Amino acid sequence: MAGGGPITGPALSTGPAAGGEGLSQSAPVPGALVTPPTGVVTGTFWRRFTLRRPLAALIIQRLGLSVGLLFAVSLMIFGGVEALPGDFATTYLGQSATPQAVENIRKDLGLDKPLTERYLNWLGGAVKGDFGTSWASKNSVSEQIGNRLGNSLFLAFFAALVSVPLAVALGMLAVQYRNRLPDKIINVVSLAAISLPEFFVGYLLILFFAVQLGVATFPATVYDSMGFGERLSAIALPVATLVLVVLAHMMRMTRAAILNVMSSAYVETAELKGLSAFRIIAKHAAPNAVAPVINVIALNLAYLVVGVVVVEVVFVYPGMGQYMVDAVTVRDMPVVQACGLIFAAFYIFLNMAADILAILANPRLRHPR
Amino acid sequence: MRLSSIPISAWVGIAGITLALFCALFAPWIAPYGERDVVGDIWLPMGGDFPLGTDNLGRDLLSRLIFGARTTIFVALAATVISFSLGMLLSFTAAVTGGFVDQLFSRFNDLMMAIPTLIFALVVLAVLPQQLWILILVMAVLDSTRVFRIGRAVALDVAVMEFVEAARLRGEGTSWIIFREILPNTLSPLLAEFGLRFAFSILFLSTLSFLGLGIQPPAADWGGMVKDNKDGIIFGISAALVPGGAIAGLAICVNLVVDWLMKRTSSLKGGRGDA
Repeated sequence: MAGGGPITGPALSTGPAAGGEGLSQSAPVPGALVTPPTGVVTGTFWRRFTLRRPLAALIIQRLGLSVGLLFAVSLMIFGGVEALPGDFATTYLGQSATPQAVENIRKDLGLDKPLTERYLNWLGGAVKGDFGTSWASKNSVSEQIGNRLGNSLFLAFFAALVSVPLAVALGMLAVQYRNRLPDKIINVVSLAAISLPEFFVGYLLILFFAVQLGVATFPATVYDSMGFGERLSAIALPVATLVLVVLAHMMRMTRAAILNVMSSAYVETAELKGLSAFRIIAKHAAPNAVAPVINVIALNLAYLVVGVVVVEVVFVYPGMGQYMVDAVTVRDMPVVQACGLIFAAFYIFLNMAADILAILANPRLRHPR
Repeated sequence: MRLSSIPISAWVGIAGITLALFCALFAPWIAPYGERDVVGDIWLPMGGDFPLGTDNLGRDLLSRLIFGARTTIFVALAATVISFSLGMLLSFTAAVTGGFVDQLFSRFNDLMMAIPTLIFALVVLAVLPQQLWILILVMAVLDSTRVFRIGRAVALDVAVMEFVEAARLRGEGTSWIIFREILPNTLSPLLAEFGLRFAFSILFLSTLSFLGLGIQPPAADWGGMVKDNKDGIIFGISAALVPGGAIAGLAICVNLVVDWLMKRTSSLKGGRGDA
């Protein structure tokens, strides 16, 4: 829900999407999309396995579901792109597109082969980590991605490292002081923060810290021979931008998730019994809030992976996002498809992790319906 | 509802939205210069003849900001309206029909949502020709997946009510049930969602324009203006921050109003706390 992830913050706090259903459904993997393969192939063995090891079976099922989903996504990224009108050869040649020249380019790029053959070739390569060669630069796509994926993950990892503990702490603080001044301040500030586009935050930070104070570096270039410390100081501003963007969402969703637990009947009972606020939170609320909070974190990490795209462009950081955006502007389809698939894979994986962790943390989810 | 019951934050939001709409509607009359006129030196500072300075080509920034309001709001609004019509129609159909149709729509929606929106948009826009209506349509279709999910959840709640059952037994058709029974009863939660999606549309459009895939120059649009002026940042020229601030401001205003609308509807339901 990347793009969607962002603004679902407030939506979660009220309305029909709130409550258990909204949270447990927020990963895009639920439902019976690909259960059949595993079920059909193993037959009775699978049934016995489900009865004996319900948890393991559920997790295996989720894994299978994700793999199936990834396969469907690859079909969509490749097939959908082919089905849409528009042709690289015609765009590439522009005004000088004679039928003969277009024909030559199509042949060069292998576009004259049938669709299914190209898809199977592409998928076969992709599974082995080979994404073909770029149309624009004729370089190996996998090689480029290999260099850049690490950079992007480096960035996202540090952003997550800072934002997750901060978001959970602030969310708990907001719940603790619910409807009092600290909560209201946090509410307004975070509402403003989710409305800020990434590039605005980025340029604001650059203007202030890099240009006026001169304490940070811009552009945030990293290269192989760089030391770890140098690298860290180079990515300080991009990380700060990502943290600011993701923090507000994560915090609002954490607050909504904890409040959801706090407004349940058993917490009211505990209150009426006269237990202290700390005891209620530690003993009654926290164990039940763990699952939704983990879910929130995983969903926002998934968003982080996508947020990286804009931030990389702003800071001229050599990562996957920038590679993809550059490729899109010149319509370099192998690169676009490869990056799209990898981003989608991360997204699906994190959503799956959220799902599985939620099942592990909350036994009630092990018996759907 | 009394006017005095509206909190200050919502008033701020309403004022901001009104200002932006005013700029959008009356752009040609209130803008001091033309949208594409080069009127001075590049990146002139604020003040004097140019209240906000000039941009990377020497065009008046204030005028472009006012004209940009028009493009940005129009495209974002069009995309949101289309995505809502599409998402609600499909989700209500799914909720009312149930069975195979519901499964088909919902699973396809899950599949669409399995790809991050921005990434999906990048992949699709890489293939499609760069035209305004295509951009609006792509934004609308991608956004309608979120509307579908919420719409279906809301409609399912209503579809099991007695009056829907009564309408069914009366022999009303699916379209009657959707438009006369379900729609009126789901409007208020969906209204807040509309505002939320609109704010998101503004941000999404600006992001696409900033990446060079949204509205194409020379038309003025806030995200594109940030892109045009971003090189000035290194020299300490803040021209790029003005349209960026406008985007942020409008999105904040919409969110403030939505926040108030949501609090109002949730307190009507008599929920404990505001979870």
